[in-house]
Amino acid sequence: MTTITDILSSMDYGPSPEDSSIAGDWLDRHSAGFGHFINGAFTKPGKTFTVNNPATGKALAKVTQGTAADVNAAVAAARKAQPKWAALSGHERARYLYALARHIQQHSRFLAVLESLDNGKPIRESRDIDIPLVARHLYHHAGWAELIADEFPGAEPVGVCGQVIPWNFPLLMLAWKIAPALAAGNTVVLKPAEYTPLTALAFTEIAAECGLPKGVLNIVTGDGETGSAITGHEGIDKVAFTGSTEVGRIIRRQTAGSGKSLTLELGGKSPFVVFADADLDAAVEGVVDAIWFNQGQVCCAGARILVAEAVAERFETLLTARMATLRVGDPLDKSTDIGAIVHPVQLDRIRDLVGQGVAQGAVLHQGQAPDGCFYPPTLATGVEPASVLATEEIFGPVVTLTPFRTPVDALSLANNTRYGLAASVWSENVNLCLDIASKIKAGVIWINCTNVFDAGAGFGGYRESGFGREGGREGMSAYLTRSAPRAKKPETAPPAPDATPYARGQTQGIDRTAKLYIGGKQARPDSGYSYTVQGARGPVGLTGLGNRKDIRNAVEAAHKAAGWGKATGHNRAQILYYIAENLSARGPEFEERLRSFGAGKNAAAEEVETAIRRCFWYAAQADKFDGAVHQTKSAHVTLAMKEPLGVIGIACPLAFPLLGFVSTVLPAIAMGNSVVAVPSQTHPLAATDFYQVLETSDIPGGVVNIVTGPRDDLTKTLAQHDEVAAMWYFGTSDGGRMVETESAGNLKQTWVEDGAARDWMSAEGQGRVFLEHATQVKNIWVPYGE
Amino acid sequence: MTVDVKAPEQGKTHPVPARTGAGHERNPGMALTPEMFESHAVNRSAAERRTATLAARRSVKKAYQAAWLVNALRCIDLTTLAGDDTAARVRRLCAKARNPLAPHIKEGLGLGDMSLTTGAACVYPTMVGHAVRALDGSGIPVASVATGFPAGLMPLNLRLEEIRYAVAEGADEIDIVITREHVLTANWQALYDEICAMREACGPAHLKAILATGDLQTLRNTYAASMVAMQAGADFIKTSTGKESVNATLPVSLVMIRALRDYGAVTGHRIGFKPAGGMKSAKEAITWQILMKEELGREWLNPDLFRFGASSMLGDIERQLEHHVTGRYASSSRHAIA
Repeated sequence: MTTITDILSSMDYGPSPEDSSIAGDWLDRHSAGFGHFINGAFTKPGKTFTVNNPATGKALAKVTQGTAADVNAAVAAARKAQPKWAALSGHERARYLYALARHIQQHSRFLAVLESLDNGKPIRESRDIDIPLVARHLYHHAGWAELIADEFPGAEPVGVCGQVIPWNFPLLMLAWKIAPALAAGNTVVLKPAEYTPLTALAFTEIAAECGLPKGVLNIVTGDGETGSAITGHEGIDKVAFTGSTEVGRIIRRQTAGSGKSLTLELGGKSPFVVFADADLDAAVEGVVDAIWFNQGQVCCAGARILVAEAVAERFETLLTARMATLRVGDPLDKSTDIGAIVHPVQLDRIRDLVGQGVAQGAVLHQGQAPDGCFYPPTLATGVEPASVLATEEIFGPVVTLTPFRTPVDALSLANNTRYGLAASVWSENVNLCLDIASKIKAGVIWINCTNVFDAGAGFGGYRESGFGREGGREGMSAYLTRSAPRAKKPETAPPAPDATPYARGQTQGIDRTAKLYIGGKQARPDSGYSYTVQGARGPVGLTGLGNRKDIRNAVEAAHKAAGWGKATGHNRAQILYYIAENLSARGPEFEERLRSFGAGKNAAAEEVETAIRRCFWYAAQADKFDGAVHQTKSAHVTLAMKEPLGVIGIACPLAFPLLGFVSTVLPAIAMGNSVVAVPSQTHPLAATDFYQVLETSDIPGGVVNIVTGPRDDLTKTLAQHDEVAAMWYFGTSDGGRMVETESAGNLKQTWVEDGAARDWMSAEGQGRVFLEHATQVKNIWVPYGE
Repeated sequence: MTVDVKAPEQGKTHPVPARTGAGHERNPGMALTPEMFESHAVNRSAAERRTATLAARRSVKKAYQAAWLVNALRCIDLTTLAGDDTAARVRRLCAKARNPLAPHIKEGLGLGDMSLTTGAACVYPTMVGHAVRALDGSGIPVASVATGFPAGLMPLNLRLEEIRYAVAEGADEIDIVITREHVLTANWQALYDEICAMREACGPAHLKAILATGDLQTLRNTYAASMVAMQAGADFIKTSTGKESVNATLPVSLVMIRALRDYGAVTGHRIGFKPAGGMKSAKEAITWQILMKEELGREWLNPDLFRFGASSMLGDIERQLEHHVTGRYASSSRHAIA
């Protein structure tokens, strides 16, 4: 028996177990096994698998492995419920979401305990972080439901959403997925992770308690196969996935060409940058919250510490001292900092990667961990950029420490990654912080803080960390659609370019040579071939037959023109106005060109006039399509900055040879992107004429690059190119599928539409939707207070 | 609960207070070294985040909670600093300092044989004599505020004379106040010189430097003032007089103890810390101890390195401890007042 006298001597914390009996009773009641929650009721358990408590290895529950038939039933229930759910007023849906938020709070401890049992995370985190954020997310989206008609006029729900979520924040990820979906009027089929399905199952009982109509929320449990049955299901209108980049890539390919809308929140290897003038103790505590939070099983975890060489030694001393006070063990003990790794498979993965890192020269500094499914907090030094520990997402409590010399050096290390989810920057110099924040390629930047979340701010990544945002207005709009234009007669594939001499007649006037336009210079095609452009009455000229190498050169030129994105909106506007001016001066020439393709006199004049107006519209938007400052936490400024994507590949529609080009290229460059455009394959000469307008309009070389030739071949090279951040394709459905499939390599954002769908002469041909596709939102968190 | 009764080991891991000087090695100070603090960054938001979650990250329950509360009690500088203090008032305070817990609670905790007192009694200089007599033989040190407490805006010679008076009356510890102006104008030399002079005037008495952090406002000022005070030879650094509009807060305490950690890393000297003012509940007593243990380690839970400047906190601790013993919630009307 430990006496008070003994304790006075040791001053230990002693055991402080959270009572888990109520969650235990609930599990006992379900000891026969869980079925799926479909159409408002649990199905009979099917073939089940066991869900274990990772901290003890003991079985918690038996859960059904979802089959294709189960998924069919769930999708059917969701489909049936959707029209009625969408027909409710925003206010009525708000009441349901409000009730869900309230009931989450009322059952908060039950859910926290269940989450810790199932996932192994410390009760301190499930109680103080996960569950409060779940409630916050539901409240926030009760608000969006209420305001939907006012804030998103004309928007419609997407339909039935298939959602697949990971095991690291089981209930929180459920809330992030279902709250915007339900608020917008969608219905849901969600699969929780195989390791951690229990809080999702408990949530269905809470939904029932709130009277959520049947079929609105359906939960199907199972493994990756079940997930695949959902994401590939033809009855699903939108797929939302959070998980590994590897699986994200599979889903991208699986859904390609299906017309499903897709958002992916994937992996990360986020930098944690500490400058010499930072509060080093604060930054050390930041590391604790970054990588030793949730056992490091956090997609946005600051996993790579980059520290100024001048303070690296001091920082490492402070960090190792802090590491020694971390308590690893029983997740249900209130004094535990680091709980159990979610599953022995994940533990093996961590051990394997760390082993590889050590073999590559890493030196480990580790805290203590008990036997079982636990891993000690680990700091790895001597990790070079090529080391597996620096490149692979470990998803464990393992952080690397690398010194840097200068801010430029820090940036190049920070951006030396496939990922772009988050970053943390530590310095007391606000100029430096914001400079680095603007230059790190990541969707979330935390200044002098880390892992701060709020439903009011968007969360999501750049690069291979996925696309789409969760939270805030951006997150909400990912679950809404504005009726996309539909083609009466879909675009069909154009005839292959004929690169042999056209021997049946001569073109009129002085011979003109249309070249490619790359890096601000007219360039001959690498192939050395040209193809004939046919007009209404026979051939009207020749144009270069572009190939892979031309695309390579164009992308390289576009990449070098990145300075364009840093120009002010006003500067870009001036150039767009100048383009309008020069286009107007040469209006008759362009009309003539369009008429040669077969356009009538009025139609040609109107197309040119519309192109000029479009220049004005995007010039006007260049300095007005602003970001926002979000209401998140007190004493925090949360800046949502709109940033260009980088290099955008654009495959233009066949019709409207001038307007189809101008309407797609202008919004991209107005927002600061550079583009590689493949103009109308059949009538590219209006676009090649246009480079003369560009040349006289002071647009920097490389901002607009034009490669003529076989559209789908050139597009494929663009879609596969790792330096291209987004691909817009207006063409055939086969081409669209190809774009979505090939873009999986670097998970570039895609915008795919039938080339014949949009009436480019009408209001459909311009608008905010173009600007939204041309930008991504970076959320920068800046806490303040002295 | 059953508790084995065991005699405490005097002067080992948890020394009971003896007249100051037995346990705590003095800080000889060092030359004024501005580079140890002038460029030191302190980020308030981060300090607030750290302290906001401290009490949620560590928990002490049952016997552990009782023990931690008993420990807090041993670290209290039981204080009266009021205009209406009298000899009788001071005697009553000292009686409570000798016996901070009702006998049945102490017995119930299995501490019947333990010498259990507060860390010190703290009074105005003219009350020191009363306190010394009242505490005679108890081993409990007498602390005196001095140097024109609380504002400190008296001529330096008078402030030094006040220290010498209190020491002559028998004070073991002197809680001095610093001239805030020197911090606000970054006149570190003046601050350093003044505290050095006070340290000299203290003679054998330990010097506790009150920084009045509520007046200094910024955490950077707090860190710098802490460091100057330690360089000038302060044995303890203390947050507040209890008379500023903001007294002891966790973020301020975090910054001060990180400063004393940094000073110790350079000099090897261990400096004590005393948060003062505003702390009332037993829960706060636990939270501050968690802060000390997490940031500095077990040694800073002993009264030679840690004191609470609080009086009403004692009443709440006593009630919580009675609840621990009896299982019934307690009323303060059943406990002796200070």
